[in-house]
Amino acid sequence: MTIERADIEKLAELARIELNEATIAETTQSIADVLALVDQLQAADTEGVEPMAHPTDAVQRLRADEVTETNHREEFQAIAPATEAGLYLVPKVID
Amino acid sequence: MNNSITNQKALHDKTIAEILAGLNAGEFTSVEITQHFLDRIKQLDGTYNSYITVNEASALAQAEAADKRRAEGDVPALCGVPIAHKDIFCTNGVRTSCGSKMLDNFVPPYDATVVENFANAGAVVLGKTNMDQFAMGSSNETSFYGPVKNPWDTNTVPGGSSGGSAAAVAAHLTPGATATDTGGSIRQPAALCGITGLKPTYGRVSRWGMIAFASSLDQGGPMARTAEDCALMLNVMASFDPKDSTSIDREVPNYTANLNQPLAGLKVGIPREYFKEGLNPGTEQAVRDALTELEKQGATLISISLPHTKLAVPAYYVIAPAEASANLSRFDGVRYGHRCDDPKDLRDMYMRTRAEGFGDEVKRRILVGAYCLSAGYYDAYYRKAQQVRRLIKQDFVDAFEQVDVIMGPTSPSPAFEFGAKGDDPVAMYLEDIYTIATNLAGLPGMSVPCGLVDDKPVGLQIIGNYFDESRMLNVAHQFQQATHWHQQTPVGIASEAKDTEGAE
Amino acid sequence: MEWETVIGLEVHAQLATKSKIFSGSSTAFGAEPNTQASGLDLAMPGTLPVPNEQAYRYAIMFGLAIDAEIAKTSVFERKNYFYPDLPKAYQTTQLERPIVGAGHVDIELANGTKKSIRIHHAHLEEDAGKSLHEDFHGMSGIDLNRAGTPLVEIVSEPDIRNAEEAVAFAKKLHSIVTSLGICDGEMSQGSMRFDVNISVRRPGEAFGTRTETKNLNSFRFMEDCIALEVERQIDLIEDGGKVIQETRLYNGETKQARSMRSKEEANDYRYFPCPDLLPVVLDDDYIESIRQNLPELPDARHDRFMEQYGLSSYDANILSGDANMAQYFETATKVSGDTKLTANWIMGELSARLNAEDQSIKHSPVNAEQLAGMITRLVDGTISSKMAKQVFEAMWNGEGAADEIIEAKGLKQVSDSGAIEAMVDEVIANSDKQIDNYRNADESKRPKMLGYFVGQIMKASKGQANPQQVNEILLKKLNELI
Repeated sequence: MTIERADIEKLAELARIELNEATIAETTQSIADVLALVDQLQAADTEGVEPMAHPTDAVQRLRADEVTETNHREEFQAIAPATEAGLYLVPKVID
Repeated sequence: MNNSITNQKALHDKTIAEILAGLNAGEFTSVEITQHFLDRIKQLDGTYNSYITVNEASALAQAEAADKRRAEGDVPALCGVPIAHKDIFCTNGVRTSCGSKMLDNFVPPYDATVVENFANAGAVVLGKTNMDQFAMGSSNETSFYGPVKNPWDTNTVPGGSSGGSAAAVAAHLTPGATATDTGGSIRQPAALCGITGLKPTYGRVSRWGMIAFASSLDQGGPMARTAEDCALMLNVMASFDPKDSTSIDREVPNYTANLNQPLAGLKVGIPREYFKEGLNPGTEQAVRDALTELEKQGATLISISLPHTKLAVPAYYVIAPAEASANLSRFDGVRYGHRCDDPKDLRDMYMRTRAEGFGDEVKRRILVGAYCLSAGYYDAYYRKAQQVRRLIKQDFVDAFEQVDVIMGPTSPSPAFEFGAKGDDPVAMYLEDIYTIATNLAGLPGMSVPCGLVDDKPVGLQIIGNYFDESRMLNVAHQFQQATHWHQQTPVGIASEAKDTEGAE
Repeated sequence: MEWETVIGLEVHAQLATKSKIFSGSSTAFGAEPNTQASGLDLAMPGTLPVPNEQAYRYAIMFGLAIDAEIAKTSVFERKNYFYPDLPKAYQTTQLERPIVGAGHVDIELANGTKKSIRIHHAHLEEDAGKSLHEDFHGMSGIDLNRAGTPLVEIVSEPDIRNAEEAVAFAKKLHSIVTSLGICDGEMSQGSMRFDVNISVRRPGEAFGTRTETKNLNSFRFMEDCIALEVERQIDLIEDGGKVIQETRLYNGETKQARSMRSKEEANDYRYFPCPDLLPVVLDDDYIESIRQNLPELPDARHDRFMEQYGLSSYDANILSGDANMAQYFETATKVSGDTKLTANWIMGELSARLNAEDQSIKHSPVNAEQLAGMITRLVDGTISSKMAKQVFEAMWNGEGAADEIIEAKGLKQVSDSGAIEAMVDEVIANSDKQIDNYRNADESKRPKMLGYFVGQIMKASKGQANPQQVNEILLKKLNELI
């Protein structure tokens, strides 16, 4: 699977990571190397095999509908980059 | 244990079991031993860089509290014993960086369950250990806080991602440390640093408060110098946690209970695939000698096959990055952690915050992960890898029909020099070739020291069946009773004692 | 040129659980910003989700109510995208294996036609937080109280063909979820939000390109928005243009719609099963016990209203449709004892007033007991229907119960026939001209002419004469005269 610079740029946009112009070629190459590694999977015969998302056969426990959390806004916002009037501030959101 | 010998050991050379005995016998206080370690860290860690944060004041306060408890007759399991936490476990009021600039300023207002468990057990936290950024690495070269040096040879890596915990234990800067293992990050550094490390069965140790890398693979576990110490730590770490949906509700046995069971009749599976090309000959010899030792103790070695072994690394490098790409999306500069200066708009804030906060390996894995999940590639990569995962698990399930434990080398070679893997990420990934399959299958695994090659430690890997940690620890302990590899220390680390490694 | 409209709805209903879907934070409406946002809701590192059983129960109740298959194994997935109101930068939702499969919702239109709208599926997911539009020196403020509130997303097939059907469908859904008690239906609070997918085509052609208008929270807005969008699309195509697939926002105040900038880029959501959550496996007994305990559903209530209260299907529709209205009607009827009057008052005066002031019946200033109290006085003749209107007005303005108002305003009607006779005689005596006109008029024209006499009598009695008696006595006396 050949991956090109344009593919990397699209992924970087999806992942919201600005790529350094100087290193973009290197990044493209190293990702191509990793993809060459994972392409080895294609040789595997997986006909009829159910994908396994978890290593255990366990099933989900459901929790009772109770309010167990109390207000810790001050503590949480003490470590926030920017807050005001109890809100988290971010550059203007335009729909 | 021979008391006259252990009494004479320097405080930092004592095992956790010995420390507990010493504290209980009143030979020294927790404050004394804690101060001792803190001084030693100050004195020596400049060389190894195994700690990111040292909690001087709070450690002494905890030690004082432990001494008080002991005096009042209230002695929880690890009362007064100093330990360190890998900087991936959230510690209330103490910076938790995950080895990354992204969280350099992150001070969580909550504790991980593992941290809480140790606090309830009366342990004293010396500090937070260094690690590969976001647990992604096998050499601890990617940390924002600089690489960790292997105490055996400071030109070489300690392994990763739990390089800090491994080096701290190996350099006797803590008797035990917590760590995490997603593809081998406990076992491989344990092997490279000549110490004992254990990755429990998936779901045995709570992941609450343990910063997620790959959710279906991550497990927290102990690193120490003996199997017995790992058992003592695992007793504390293992618990059912209702806050973690993947935590398994199963009774925690006393992991020290079966340590002394004789090995006669034990069936040890030796996977053919773990002894092929790529394995350092010195490493192979040390491992084979170790296996011979087990035979002497009555174990039977059985050749087995884990046919899909070759697919483990490719499968892992789809699944782990895929999960990580989503797990690391929350680091966006909005609610905590790093935020870039003067963002000109929302998109700019995201793009630069994440570019500045994450190291190169982290970025690489996020992009690979996004790729494997993206439209058009999901089936060929992610879905395919999950199918292969099931095949890999089945290999183990089949093998465990015939054998009790599976053993082989932990790592293909001893510690390598900094920069040796160069710019080739894949070369680094192959470091985990023997450990990765265990994570995919969710099985427990251990590494114990079993030899030296050019004065560098070699690790013997033990893979157990699901929830069979007791058996793994038993095998490890019996091996350590008969051999001295686990007592070897790097030159200059252990202090002179009246009698050094006494015959056991 | 004939056009056919094709509409599909995606409806988000907030489930009325006490705590959020994955965390133990409260879901109560109206709290101070970020006071109901736990570490998990804030996506703090190391935090993990545990699903709320009640949310599952509610989703299953909905599935059973629409005759859908309930999945014995369902899986949560991660839908990945970046937005400040989405703390994890992924939404935990369901895709491949949702809890509720295909079902149907039956609607009845004004002209009596019935239609069954197919539901593709319904799934559980978590709500996002809110970004406030106020300006904080060039920044936006994010409130994550709502982040993690459980939602059931209901996806219809594109079976809807016009605004009337869309509104009927939306109202029926509203009725179902409120009747089940799984959602409080408070649209102004965002408890139910509707996304409308609209496309047009010439009859017989394949489906056209559709647009999606998001987050409508009023039936009226939905109706207006559909009309506007259909017109826009038709105009566009007739002018030679092409409809582009896009997401739009409709402003009900300004009655204008626009494209959403942020959704313009194609988003690859990279769905995959959430590794922090295990598959939810349910057994038949669990599902069956939920089925046994389902509250009365709108259709069953409709039929019961027809039978129990002798209502027409049309009236039963109106009164049983909204769970709150149904409850209001039943309470009021029980107290007043008169089904017909109660029904008429609710469907007429009360509804008109509620609509005019954009109030829901749940928050009606006149409650069921009060209305019933007034109707009781109508039935026993204490007040006339004209007076009743005054009483109603006073009750609406918070002046108290019917009896208090009647007393205070002296509204008791005069029903003493002697008194009325006297008044009739008086008016007749003073109306020679009108009597002559009446006598000379055609029989068919006479009923209309009564109005003058009645008016005079009512004036004389200050509106308090019992109208039926006035009519009776007036007619009798007039007939004696001519």
